[in-house]
Amino acid sequence: MAFYESVFIARQDLSTQQVEALTEQMAGVVAGHGGKIAKTEQWGLRSLAYRIKKNRKGHYTQLTIDGPAAAVQELERQLGLNEDVLRSLTLRIEAIDMEPSSILQAKSGRDDRPPRRGDRDDRPRHDDRPRRDDRPSFNDAEGDE
Amino acid sequence: MANRPFFRGRKSCPFTGPNAPKIDFRDTKTLSRYVSERGKIVPSRITAVSNKKQRELAQAIKRARYMGLLPYLIK
Repeated sequence: MAFYESVFIARQDLSTQQVEALTEQMAGVVAGHGGKIAKTEQWGLRSLAYRIKKNRKGHYTQLTIDGPAAAVQELERQLGLNEDVLRSLTLRIEAIDMEPSSILQAKSGRDDRPPRRGDRDDRPRHDDRPRRDDRPSFNDAEGDE
Repeated sequence: MANRPFFRGRKSCPFTGPNAPKIDFRDTKTLSRYVSERGKIVPSRITAVSNKKQRELAQAIKRARYMGLLPYLIK
């Protein structure tokens, strides 16, 4: 069977429990059509880069699925129908990566900054940077309204 | 912006090579380096990203925008 990744954004005024219930419900949809949830990730409440349906924040959830196309089609349909879901994106992937995705790694790295930025080596060379070095990265300034 | 000397040798693509980062729409930290202050995708002639990787990168940035991880434009 094929592998898929589905990321969806739930409304900001849901509680964490409600988001988990929603995730359960969506996992049930996949399971009901013969799919398997390989991994579930809660990215928590993140601020959106722009307003989506009047929301400035949203609960992000990622499901990694191993299942038939029918399960994914039904999942996408249900995500589209559910009014608590602001947006969803499902992509087919080649292989399942059980590591936490880059967004969670970035998040854990923020808590204890200087020592463990192992991925610094992966950055483009200093003079490869597209623009001035003094440009503040606007993604770091989360939560500004 | 490009006040670099023009005799600098041709740089290689930052996404090519053994320990190059994977292009992923969730990785806003990496993606934001290839987006201008206004939020536009920076052309590969400035960033030296290879043609193949630039297409991947553009796709990833667009996905990140759709999912509200990157802005469409910054005013």
